[in-house]
This record gives sequence, C-alpha cells and structure tokens, in this order.
Amino acid sequence: MNLLEFTVLIAAGSFLAGFLGALTGLGGGVVLVPLLTLIFKVDIRYAVGASLVSVIATSSGAAAAYVKEGFSNIRIGMFLEIATTLGALLGAYLAASVSTGAIGLVFGLVLLYSAFLSLHPPTDVATETRPDPLATRLGMNGSYPSLRGPRSYFVHRVPAGFGLMLGAGTLSGLLGIGSGAVKVLAMDRVMGIPFKVSTTTSNFMIGVTAAASAGVYLSRGYIDPGISMPVMLGVLAGSLAGARVLTKTKTALLRKLFAAVIALLGIEMLYHAVTGRI
Amino acid sequence: MFRKSDWTDLRIEIVIGNLLRAGVTLAATVVLVGGLRFLARYGFAPANYRNFSGEPSNLRAWSGIVQAAFGLHGRGIIQLGLLLLMATPVARVAFSAFAFAMEKDWLYVGITALVFLILLYSMAGSFA
Repeated sequence: MNLLEFTVLIAAGSFLAGFLGALTGLGGGVVLVPLLTLIFKVDIRYAVGASLVSVIATSSGAAAAYVKEGFSNIRIGMFLEIATTLGALLGAYLAASVSTGAIGLVFGLVLLYSAFLSLHPPTDVATETRPDPLATRLGMNGSYPSLRGPRSYFVHRVPAGFGLMLGAGTLSGLLGIGSGAVKVLAMDRVMGIPFKVSTTTSNFMIGVTAAASAGVYLSRGYIDPGISMPVMLGVLAGSLAGARVLTKTKTALLRKLFAAVIALLGIEMLYHAVTGRI
Repeated sequence: MFRKSDWTDLRIEIVIGNLLRAGVTLAATVVLVGGLRFLARYGFAPANYRNFSGEPSNLRAWSGIVQAAFGLHGRGIIQLGLLLLMATPVARVAFSAFAFAMEKDWLYVGITALVFLILLYSMAGSFA
C-alpha cells in the first residue's frame, strides 16, 4: 500500500467514525484506535496520538454550537478540569512506561464498558433540593433553559466527582479517547447535575483534557503527521456532517448497531492483547 | 473598556465558542495544506506504520516544527497545524482567566490559572 492509498483509506474510516460518533452521541474516538491498530496495523502509540488530536478538534469544533444553547456550566467545567488535566498527565506518562499489550487490554475493557453504557443511557436522577456547602462556595449551582423557563439545580458530592474525573483524565491520556462516558457518569450520577448540563459541560472539558496529554505525546515523538492528518480531518468532517443530520434521524437503532460494533472491537482488542499481538 | 455587566457567563461562553471554532478552522486549514504537499511529494512511497520508531527530534518541539514548516516541508506544516490545534484549548483557558477577572471572581481566576499551569507543564517538553 502506498501513502496516498493509506491516507485516503484512513480518512474515509475516520470520517465514518466521526459521523457515527456524532450521530449516536457516543463519540468517534473510542472506535478510532481499534480501527487504526486492528485494521490498519498502526502501532498503538501512533494511533493514540492521532486519536488525541482528533478529540481536541471535535470537542472544540462542537463547543461553539453547544454554548449558544446555554446549558454548559463553565465553573463546574473549569474546576473539574484541574482533575482531568492532572489525570491526563498521569495517563500520558503511564502510556510510556507500560507495555502496548497492557494498553490494548485496558482499551478492550473500556470498549466493552462503553458498549454496555450506551445501551443503558443515563437518566436524570431526582435532583436534590438542598444546596451542598462546598458546591455553593465554589459557585457551581446554576440553572438551565427549559420549556417552562429557567430551572435551577444544586451540585453535590464534589470530592467524589473530582476523584472520578481524575480517573477519566487518566484513561483519556492513556488511550487517547475523550472519556465522555466517564465524565458524564461522574457529573450526572455522582454530582447530581442534570443530563443536558453534564453532557455539554463534558464536551467542553474534553478538548482541554486531551491537550494536556497531547503535549506530552508530541514531545515523546508519538504524534506522527502522516497518520494524524487524515485522522484529524476525517473525524472533524465526519462529526460536523453527523451533527448536521442528527436532527432529522431516529437514532435508537443506529445506537444499538454502533454499540454492537464497539463491543466487537472490544473483544477483538482483548484477544489481540492477550495473545500478544498488539 | 469593558464594563463588568458586559461579561455575563453566557457572553463569555459565546466568545469562547467562537474562539475555539476559529482555532480549529485555522488548524485544519494548515494541516490540509501540509497534507497535500506531503502527498504530492511522497504519495507513492510505501506506507509503513507497523514498526514504531518515534518522530525525528525536529518534529517533537516548537522550534524544529516551525523551522520545518517555513522550509515548506509537508510533515512540518502538518505538525505546525497540530500545534495550533493544541494551542486552541490553552487559549480558551487563558481567555477564561481574563473573563473571570472581569467578573472579579478571584476564586475562579485562581482555579483557571492552576489549569493553565498544568497545561503549560504538559507542553514544557515541546518548548525545548
């Protein structure tokens, strides 16, 4: 295969990953690394580097559309970014010190967990009505627009959420994914933040988190221009296209299909990791 | 120049959203230009990414990347685009610190400064 064919194929695969990721709300990053390593036989460290770059691009590109709706909470986001960026640094250092097989193993497990989560989407937990003293001191309580005017919410269990975010950042730095699922889990289920607010705030945080590990990857020589170029451009174009058709389609079936693909990639990844072929 | 009342959270978020979109558009354009140049030159060379060797040292840091890009090397131009992309969230954090200062929210100026320092630390290796 020559470089032109390789680039076109990777751009097409990345476009599809970004498109389905945006359409199903599951994010394209999680299928990108398995696609590159299992199908295109790219070394997993190059694959993670390229994926990180695409994660920054899609998160930043989508943010402009999200903020206009007025759901995201920049104080919650900024405070939790302390945890995700520290985690991202830890993940990036781990990526250099553990074997590629171990990275593959963790990746396989995360894929299976993502597939499971996507079939059990989080629902709004009953919001508590009493303010939490720490969250109040941090100015995190807010309100979001709804059909019946602004609805206010109180944030809870800040330390537990902060701890989970540290984990989300570490996974992001180790695997080159946005870890949106873990971030939403931390905000939605642990901190009691309404679903709409947690998903948009999570998207807001993903770019900063990925940038923290991408800096380390770059100085290690893990970010290859030849691979990152088609991946970044493909995923970006795909996710913009996906967001555009999102409003016109019913995504329940698509979501199930995509979850099945993620699960299959997870099993394949585990198999390759266990048999020492990554 | 800026009155405090002008800097509501929503207004800040809209400015940030536009900043991010501009950064991504610029970065994607540079990457595309570099990619076309790279492929025009090496498109028919064999692709081999199975073996990991790491990037040459000039494509790992700002100084080398800028030099390679201004030498019009395709890979250098792509790498410069990727650097611009990584700088976009950093610029966002810097702007947030400024916006919190406009709101006189010193707690969040501190929190944002901490995130900014962590980001600078992560990029420190590439300033060498």
